[in-house]
Amino acid sequence: MYDIIAYEEASCIEEAIKLLVANPNATLISGGSDVLIKLHEGRMHDAHLISIHGIKELSGVSMLEDGTIVIGSGTSFSKISKHPIVQQFIPVLGEAVDMVGGPQIRNIGTIGGNICNGVTSADSASTLFAFNARLEIQGPDGVRTVLIKEFYKGPGKVDLQHEEILTAIFITPDNYRGYGGHYIKYAMRNAMDIATLGCVALCKVKGIHQIEDFRLALGVAAPVPMRCTETERLIKGEFFTEELIEKVGKTALKEVNPRTSWRASKDFRLQLVEELSKRAFRQAFKNAGGEQ
Amino acid sequence: MQLKKITFKINSKEITIEVDVRESLLDVLRNKLHMTGVKKGCSVGECGACTVLIDNVAFDTCIYLAVWADGKEIRTIEGEAKEGKLSKVQQSFLDEAAVQCGFCTPGFVMSTTEMLESGKVFSKEQIKKELSGHMCRCTGYHNIMLAAEKALQPANKHGSECHGKCHK
Ligand SMILES: Cc1cc2nc3c(=O)[nH]c(=O)nc-3n(C[C@H](O)[C@H](O)[C@H](O)COP(=O)(O)OP(=O)(O)OC[C@H]3O[C@@H](n4cnc5c(N)ncnc54)[C@H](O)[C@@H]3O)c2cc1C
Ligand code: FES
Ligand code: FES
Repeated sequence: MYDIIAYEEASCIEEAIKLLVANPNATLISGGSDVLIKLHEGRMHDAHLISIHGIKELSGVSMLEDGTIVIGSGTSFSKISKHPIVQQFIPVLGEAVDMVGGPQIRNIGTIGGNICNGVTSADSASTLFAFNARLEIQGPDGVRTVLIKEFYKGPGKVDLQHEEILTAIFITPDNYRGYGGHYIKYAMRNAMDIATLGCVALCKVKGIHQIEDFRLALGVAAPVPMRCTETERLIKGEFFTEELIEKVGKTALKEVNPRTSWRASKDFRLQLVEELSKRAFRQAFKNAGGEQ
Repeated sequence: MQLKKITFKINSKEITIEVDVRESLLDVLRNKLHMTGVKKGCSVGECGACTVLIDNVAFDTCIYLAVWADGKEIRTIEGEAKEGKLSKVQQSFLDEAAVQCGFCTPGFVMSTTEMLESGKVFSKEQIKKELSGHMCRCTGYHNIMLAAEKALQPANKHGSECHGKCHK
């Protein structure tokens, strides 16, 4: 049995917030694939859980009139990768979350839980960084939005007060229209393994040879997911060449700050940063309609 | 102790029971409903031995709170054989000798059943990916792959009379 001392189920967002306000020590649970593991491993005790598992309004993908894509925080990974809006407009996000765990984990784990736990290896995070995703957060005082890059405050720390709930993720059309993307997850094994490094590139092409816009985001290359803004600046406007690819890898290296962990050494991660950035760039350029 | 009354369908039969909020669905299925075909391997979502179908989608029941089952439809290995006749997937596992100790088998069967009922065609690579949430410590996976491939083959091309003697 899980070490749970109290369990409450919210039927809507407002109720969940009320419950959080009334219970300063409570923990939200959505899919539970992080919370229940923590409880099982004894990293959390006497949990007072507030479940948002069954809240329908938190689950689903839709598009606003202006083309903004809205992903409910409680949408499972498999619902995201199978959704037609994702497949048509932001396929790279679907590909990234399709690499989380195995199928049963993708059926239970949610994108909201994936970013709210604040880990740098979250497979959805780097792609959301590349899309400049905006997060909608609701609390007792109302709704606020924050850019994903400002949401991550440090390892395991996000910009979320105890009484607040991440409700949705927004991706505006200027951040996805015309872009081709590619996500690469490097892990020791293909399935059921946390990323040693995650790397996503987005590319917009002018004509067929020139880079109109370029974005590069990495997971596990620093304490939190990150964008390589300096690399992006140097590549923008350039013509695609083999030298340019080399430049992506070399410049990205100067921006990252990976750690040694039991999974991999810093040196190995640096090697991955250089190599995967190049590969992701090459493929994203192709996916955006570019030709070598 | 906090109890909650929930109602759900288990293998087509509706039941109402009181569960402890601390219980996983896995523990309720095994300890209270005696569905011991649902295996407890790792308890942390890594081995897939506890897989059942919830509203026809595969879930690890070890990381699924029992209270969440309220209103759901659950299928376990116990309900797959109908009137003494094995399901197509069970029969394929038998035909291909995809079982050694059998601990992982119910989980594999349930995931393969979800695939079969999706009506989609799966390549070998896709089958591997769809079964990647399961671990088996004895068969070496080869026969499991053959069984899944067999079960997922369109019936007209490869009828059930084959009994696994041909692997084409
Ligand atoms: C076997 C296994 C393999 C895994 N493999 C991967 C992998 O390859 N890649 C990967 O990225 N992850 C992986 N994970 C981690 C996990 O699946 C994800 O992080 C998952 O997305 C968490 O979502 P959840 O809804 O299950 O979270 P929960 O456990 O419910 O919650 C996680 C955290 O977020 C908070 N939270 C959840 N939703 C909200 C919300 N809407 N607002 C505010 N706070 C919220 C919770 O309070 C909790 O602190 C794996 C997990 C397991 C068990
Ligand atoms: S016992 Fe549930 S996945 Fe291993
Ligand atoms: S047959 Fe023994 S674990 Fe798979």
